[in-house]
Amino acid sequence: MKRLPIVLSLSLIGFGGVATGQVRSSEIETSSFEPVTWERLVNAEEEPQNWLMYSGTFDSKRHSRLDQVHNRNVNRLELKWTHQLSALDRAETTPLVVDGVMFITEAPSNVLAVDAATGRPYWRYEHELPEDLRICCGRNNRGVAILGDTLYMSTLDAHLAAIDARTGNLLWASEAADYRSGYSKTAAPLIVKDKVVTGIAGGEFGIRGFLDAYNASTGTRDWRTYTIPGPDNPDNQSWSGDSWRTGGSPTWITGSYDPELDLVYWGTGNPGPDYNGDVRIGDNLYADSALALDGDTGDLNWYFQFTPHDVHDWDAIQIPVLADLEVDGRVRKVMMWANRNAFFYVIDRETGEYLSGTPFAKQTWAEGLDENGRPIRRPNTFPTPEGTLVAPDASGGTNWQSPTYSPRTELFYVMAFDGEAEFYIRDEEYIDGERFTGGGQQRMLPIDKYTSAVRAIDPRTGNRRWEYQVRPQTWSGLLSTAGDIVFGGTIDGYFYALDAVSGQELWHISLGAEVRAAPMTYAVDGQQYVTIAAGNVVYTFGLIEEVD
Amino acid sequence: MSILSPRSAKQGCGGQLRRLVVLWCMVLACGLLGLGGEATGQTVGGYERADIEYGLTVYRSQCAICHGEAGNAVPGVDFRAGQFRRVSSDREMRALLATGIPESGMPPADLDAAESAGIIAYLRNMNFDTGGITLGDASRGQLVFEGKGECMRCHRVQGRGPRVAPELTAIGRLRAPSTLRRSLLDPTASMRPINRPVVLVTADGSRISGRRLNEDSYTVQIIDDEERLRSFDKVDLREFTVLAESPMPSYADQLSAQELADLLAYLVSLKG
Repeated sequence: MKRLPIVLSLSLIGFGGVATGQVRSSEIETSSFEPVTWERLVNAEEEPQNWLMYSGTFDSKRHSRLDQVHNRNVNRLELKWTHQLSALDRAETTPLVVDGVMFITEAPSNVLAVDAATGRPYWRYEHELPEDLRICCGRNNRGVAILGDTLYMSTLDAHLAAIDARTGNLLWASEAADYRSGYSKTAAPLIVKDKVVTGIAGGEFGIRGFLDAYNASTGTRDWRTYTIPGPDNPDNQSWSGDSWRTGGSPTWITGSYDPELDLVYWGTGNPGPDYNGDVRIGDNLYADSALALDGDTGDLNWYFQFTPHDVHDWDAIQIPVLADLEVDGRVRKVMMWANRNAFFYVIDRETGEYLSGTPFAKQTWAEGLDENGRPIRRPNTFPTPEGTLVAPDASGGTNWQSPTYSPRTELFYVMAFDGEAEFYIRDEEYIDGERFTGGGQQRMLPIDKYTSAVRAIDPRTGNRRWEYQVRPQTWSGLLSTAGDIVFGGTIDGYFYALDAVSGQELWHISLGAEVRAAPMTYAVDGQQYVTIAAGNVVYTFGLIEEVD
Repeated sequence: MSILSPRSAKQGCGGQLRRLVVLWCMVLACGLLGLGGEATGQTVGGYERADIEYGLTVYRSQCAICHGEAGNAVPGVDFRAGQFRRVSSDREMRALLATGIPESGMPPADLDAAESAGIIAYLRNMNFDTGGITLGDASRGQLVFEGKGECMRCHRVQGRGPRVAPELTAIGRLRAPSTLRRSLLDPTASMRPINRPVVLVTADGSRISGRRLNEDSYTVQIIDDEERLRSFDKVDLREFTVLAESPMPSYADQLSAQELADLLAYLVSLKG
């Protein structure tokens, strides 16, 4: 396919040799890639033509400095290429792009390298999986991490696989836990210096959660921090009896990192069994919490528990978004967190101090938060055998889908859901490798009767600046760019661009399949691209080319 | 060894099942056509000697404890006499190895593709002369690989060596010994169709050589000699040549029979 000669002018500095000039894309062959050093990862914001980690940068703003596509020309986006994933399953991947090479994961635990300008394949790695996997929520993979020439990928059989990024060859695969007991891995790992930090899933199987760090070269485990402390820790007393042994608290979405503080931030999931708190009396630390861990040792620096003694499956499995904000006249290093329990929190990420919390989605379970951020629970909101109607439902005010924060608008954007459901409790015996939920939920209305919306939140006040409603319940992540655009998708198969300031819809296109992934953006040869997975297809858009 | 897959230890369009089928087809093809080694005594009963020898080692480690060295320790079964109770074809044998026979206490065997091909070849040929040297000593073979054979000038094993030729870290799981042997003796004939050396000349006259990873109607993707992944619109290329000859030399005359056997044993031992 001969590309039309195009002339592009770029406003960005640091745009890899084409910052100020004009370039004919057909005269420049793609691609190659230089090893992704730790320094490149720390400074990922400075090379916006690449997307070097799951959330773009260590602060997980999922914001790009690229502005070739902006809020005045986004309606000139056109499809540049598609790539059909060979696995017929829903794609939840965020691809990486390194110097013109894109790495895409697909279900169940595969990764492929394609040319980022055309989508044509270089290589593909298929991870062999056993047939008796224990998976709660789909055979998914959400992305890889890269350091040097090596990709790191979680696998459904609870391994961390290291793959040569130039050839697709497996270098090593380290077992994190026994998949037969319900452990699995779906999230993109996070590089922290010479380590690969990676979580675990299995909160519906009575696992005992942990966060691991593996030596990036050898695959040996450098540290493991259990998200449920053992009996030698006083916090273990927040679990009655031996319930801590099967208390869940998984770590199934990618966290964030502050290189200056050397702190890894990671969310933890629901305590188990999900809905029956009677068998695990207490706050159930550190389930449903934000953890701050020392990057070298994994030692717990501080924690903040959003939902003590959760009985509604409200995992704190959201992306911690880091920024420096002026709070009460003082610049604070904060963490912003729109939680599944429907509250939006701002926390001091140096100390774990609670700064503010406001509802961002419908909730009926709490009167509010006290001065320490602890919820003031309303009575009669716990699950019962007959069912108790509570908002949000188990899928939460939001879930694992990525939020974004724009330093330009200073707004936090999240895909919110105003759901509610009747929650049920039941007795359930723990059996190794079997589901262990202790109840369930039932929505009382058809799913399209509930509202999903992109909501823009001012983190200083917690106030909603605007919302953009989509129906029905939508699982797309979001992306913001220096072009003052917020990109997102819908479960009924649309991809759209919103004005980041006003929330006005600027452009949309039907992709014909569910969007369950988050958008990302990158550039090759002076052309900015925006990529989103829908169904089992990866779509990539760019501006319509101007013919000389 | 240029026929060897450039892909991962576990990758490929159809996964393990496809590889098993491919291997089965290769074994079958060898049997039907008498590929290569027939004239030199490298096949026995339609199975290649290298596979049979390798199968013997697998048999001794995984099967002999119940079936006995002679293959007749289980009542009603005598491998040496060709007496099987439940299977007749190689395909059935492969399936039975994978599932085991739970009611009899035979466990499923966790065999990779090479082991599976080897053990079937051996079970069909338990009477063959084991005095051959097709499969030698793996540790000596590593010395050949890294020394006289100069294999690491192009191939990569466990993070050592360049990426210009296919990685061999797990080649012993992916390829049957007979296939590896053919690669050593006749690398050009063993090259996979897509995985061939290419030379490109771009519009500005730059000459780029590498190995083709993918090609379609309009574009070609390669890993160049500097290990960069690169993609080209073919219409923009002044020249695009796919070489018919493997850059890998034949070792038929470069290594002694013993060295060849040792080198093959080393390759077979590379399990990732």
